[in-house]
Amino acid sequence: MKAAILERLLALRAATRACALETILATGAQTLFVADDAALPAHIAAALAADRSALAADGRVFVHVFSPPLRLIVVGAVHIAQPLVAMASLAAFAVTLVDPRRAFAEGDHRFAVTVSTDWPDEALEALAPDARTAVVTLTHDPKLDDPALVVALRSRAFYIGALGSRRTHAARLARLADLGFGETDFARIHGPVGLDIGALSPSEIAVSILAQIIAARRAEPPA
Amino acid sequence: MGDGKLNPTDDPLDLAARWRAAGRGVALATVVSTWGSSPRPVGSQLVADTSGTFAGSVSGGCIEGAVIREAQAAIADGKPRLLEFGVSNEQAWEVGLACGGRVQVYVERLG
Repeated sequence: MKAAILERLLALRAATRACALETILATGAQTLFVADDAALPAHIAAALAADRSALAADGRVFVHVFSPPLRLIVVGAVHIAQPLVAMASLAAFAVTLVDPRRAFAEGDHRFAVTVSTDWPDEALEALAPDARTAVVTLTHDPKLDDPALVVALRSRAFYIGALGSRRTHAARLARLADLGFGETDFARIHGPVGLDIGALSPSEIAVSILAQIIAARRAEPPA
Repeated sequence: MGDGKLNPTDDPLDLAARWRAAGRGVALATVVSTWGSSPRPVGSQLVADTSGTFAGSVSGGCIEGAVIREAQAAIADGKPRLLEFGVSNEQAWEVGLACGGRVQVYVERLG
């Protein structure tokens, strides 16, 4: 790899721009394509769209896709958020924590991730969740969780989770129904949040949530 | 944390650039294909320098030793290499994947 290509690749990655590096294996010749380039070759565009690095069928050309990290937006700088943002960071998610209650977001526990103290709907609109974004609400407080869920449901977020018991969740869905959301939307919300592993402590709940997010991302869609 | 990387100082591509800037000979190894069960997905990378210092991984540790030797050879002669490892490989007695999968690893000098 030429040093100039590596430098450009690192610059694109730092700017969270998706790109694809094509290598002719026999010669080592390489071309770097940026996702928003006009007139991308079809096989490069397809690899970028699928977020999939692969060797061509003839085994001679390798296309290496470099996608920006998946994003996780956590609403609520509550106790569970502490292990969740730490674990998600370890799992290579770019994490943003949203909580307008400064005492939570900026209290004694300093979160080593991007923190927004904007109101959740404003924060989420600014963050613009896309198909590579997961959104989890943890506050239990409808004033904070609901506006975030509304923005998330109107986005293409690949995962939406809301902490709360079955009863809390039923009440939440009733409120969302009043706002015009329906069964298709409800089906997108994982609530009660997390895989059922019998989690009790904040760390265990964080594991169950992160595992569910990863399953949503990686699991094969049902046939 | 929070920037989507486990630890920026351990990222193979960041390290490759830094090591080269420091005047070290550097090679990159990339998993380009896998069959069956294999510990690291396509696109996984390892960086190695002339002395064999390395970071990142292309397997669960089964083939790193052989890949680093080839990386050192690539730094020396500048030629890219396509390596294949698997239990059915003739090298299986020496280096193989305990999981029974196969991987192809591309090794190239950073120059």
